[in-house]
Amino acid sequence: MISKREFLQATAATAALLAGSGLGPLGRVAAQQRLTQSDILRFDPLGRLTILYVADTHAQLVPLQFREPAVNLGVGEARGLPPHITDAEFRKYFKIAAGSADAFALTSDDFISLARNYGRMGGMDRVAALIAAVRAERGESNVLLLDGGDSWQGSWTSLKTRAQDMVDVLSLLKVDAMVGHWEFTYGAERVKELTDKAPFAFLAQNVRDNEWQEPVFEPRKMYERGGAKVAVIGQALPRTAIANPRWMFPKWEFGIREEDLQKQVDEARADGASVVVLLSHNGFDVDRKLAGRVKGLDVILTAHTHDAMPGLVRVGDTVLIAAGSHGKFVSRLDIDVRDSKVAGVRFKLMPVFADAIPPDPAMASLVEKIRAPFATELAKPLGKTDSLLYRRGNFNGTFDDLICDAMLSERDVEIALSPGFRWGGTLLPGETITWEHVTNATAITYPNCYRAQMTGLQLKETLEDIADNIFHPDPYYQGGGDMVRIGGMGYAIDVSRPMGSRISEMTHLKSGQPIDPARTYMVAGWASINENTQGPPIWDVVASHISKTGAVTISPNSAVRVTGA
Amino acid sequence: MDFMSIEHSRRETLRLAGLAGLALIVTSSGAQATPDEVSAAIAKLYGEKKPESGKIKLDVPEIAENGLVVPVNVEVESPMTDADYVKAVHIFAEGNPLPNVVSYKFTPACGKAAASARMRLAQTQNIICLAEMSNGSLYKASASVKVTIGGCGG
Repeated sequence: MISKREFLQATAATAALLAGSGLGPLGRVAAQQRLTQSDILRFDPLGRLTILYVADTHAQLVPLQFREPAVNLGVGEARGLPPHITDAEFRKYFKIAAGSADAFALTSDDFISLARNYGRMGGMDRVAALIAAVRAERGESNVLLLDGGDSWQGSWTSLKTRAQDMVDVLSLLKVDAMVGHWEFTYGAERVKELTDKAPFAFLAQNVRDNEWQEPVFEPRKMYERGGAKVAVIGQALPRTAIANPRWMFPKWEFGIREEDLQKQVDEARADGASVVVLLSHNGFDVDRKLAGRVKGLDVILTAHTHDAMPGLVRVGDTVLIAAGSHGKFVSRLDIDVRDSKVAGVRFKLMPVFADAIPPDPAMASLVEKIRAPFATELAKPLGKTDSLLYRRGNFNGTFDDLICDAMLSERDVEIALSPGFRWGGTLLPGETITWEHVTNATAITYPNCYRAQMTGLQLKETLEDIADNIFHPDPYYQGGGDMVRIGGMGYAIDVSRPMGSRISEMTHLKSGQPIDPARTYMVAGWASINENTQGPPIWDVVASHISKTGAVTISPNSAVRVTGA
Repeated sequence: MDFMSIEHSRRETLRLAGLAGLALIVTSSGAQATPDEVSAAIAKLYGEKKPESGKIKLDVPEIAENGLVVPVNVEVESPMTDADYVKAVHIFAEGNPLPNVVSYKFTPACGKAAASARMRLAQTQNIICLAEMSNGSLYKASASVKVTIGGCGG
């Protein structure tokens, strides 16, 4: 659990940011004046070793808005524990003032006014600036920079360059090592092509050839930083072959592989590692469970579930860090190594406020070069939004509602299914919706929007199966992600029930009639993991709908009733 | 046209739902075994003898990546001497049409009692492993394997 001492860094930063501000109506200028790069970087250094960590950037090269979830339920032992707290509860737990910069970065309520006040976050040139500043402060040879994966996917440029853009960005950042998940959706051959050439390591102890069980990637790597030997072990998303199209990497299998991981830790110690780090795409709850079962891990850098927490979580002697997503944060962990052991750690989640950080010139120029061939396409206006468009939340997001609306009208179906992806930017009311915004929420290598007939019973079974992926009480049986988004149909869900009995009251919204298990419904969806799925790419479906609609309005979604939380 | 109008089995539903696509082998619920049938199959082999827990390391994935070929690895702790060895290992799947998936016979000459197989699993179910020792004692272990349509966030 978290001790109060570990919050000091975060709280001190919050206090500094708030000094003299009050919570009254503040303009952008005021926010820009109040926040400076040195406020963001302020840190009382510890020991000689610093680990810098970014995760789940989803290929976002330029600053954006990204609203954190209002609903992020934990089940089983994780119920009510961070990161499964939101808004007021989150602020109380982490001692964050309402209306503060940290409240804007980490919580969802009052997002619109805070976003107008504090501006965008992220941008690889700003991330690069923070990293450069820490390297200058600590000395390059004392800093290890790690990427927790999902950095190669999530934008039009990454899709069009098949991740070359992000490999170039990570190379310029001088990332030491990364791990993967969405990376694998470029297919085995492309992943191997990129990782073989990259100047950084691509580590994954849990990916094996499914015929001979041979490792596909280097499992771990030893680094000498800050006078200490630091072993980094990679852990790819164990459920990649279930969550994403297995046909894209048919010879690879995944899994958690606890015993193999324990062997990696033991070997690393035998090789003289003073610090053992798991660079993990397991997801937070899986890592919390794993930390209690695998012995000898000093640090788990978590990813996948996109949680951002301004404090550490401790499980025994292991500390867990959750560094957020979309380039909104850079995490700094200072480690005091004494007698070849970790004697102390100090942590700060540094928020990347784009208006407060002068861009790193070399990265700014690389980002511009990457985007230049696509600039006109990216900026193409499709319409505007009168509503806040966001993605995150266990059951719905307004951007997903827009995608579902698009499928209902463009594909002429009764029910639309959209996957519970946790990536994609947020748009404020009044913003123009561009091609870039649409593709930030849809850019995948299996985008076809299919039409199919499903019976009410089949819809029920599908929902039950997906709900169990999220709400199984044992995190090792979860798959990650949020609940499938549904257009045209409402339902009730009791998250505390076992598989097969969580979903009820399925209702066909147009007619107000209960979904008939025996009746056949016309359904559209996208991101099918089956090979040769037919249909137009989802971005065309969404873009066409927005163009026809002009100004998009999404009314509050009350189609999902949640109990048992 | 990508309009589809076929009669869906559950397996096809899962594929069409598109959020995943593990092929499910058994589509008719009538063809599945039940926990009672597994108990009956065990009783047929060993009567009313009560199995103990321990000695068996049963390694199956928590979630199957491919329901067509789910790996199962089993190892039973034993000196494998003439006086004390594992005679047989049986693997049962509660949801398969024929619950007894595989049986292995061992002799002391095997050196160790370890085996690997791949099973087809149509749906989430318990896998049960039973080991018969040379002194007649029985050991049992079980684990749940989830077969899911998947889907993704992250």
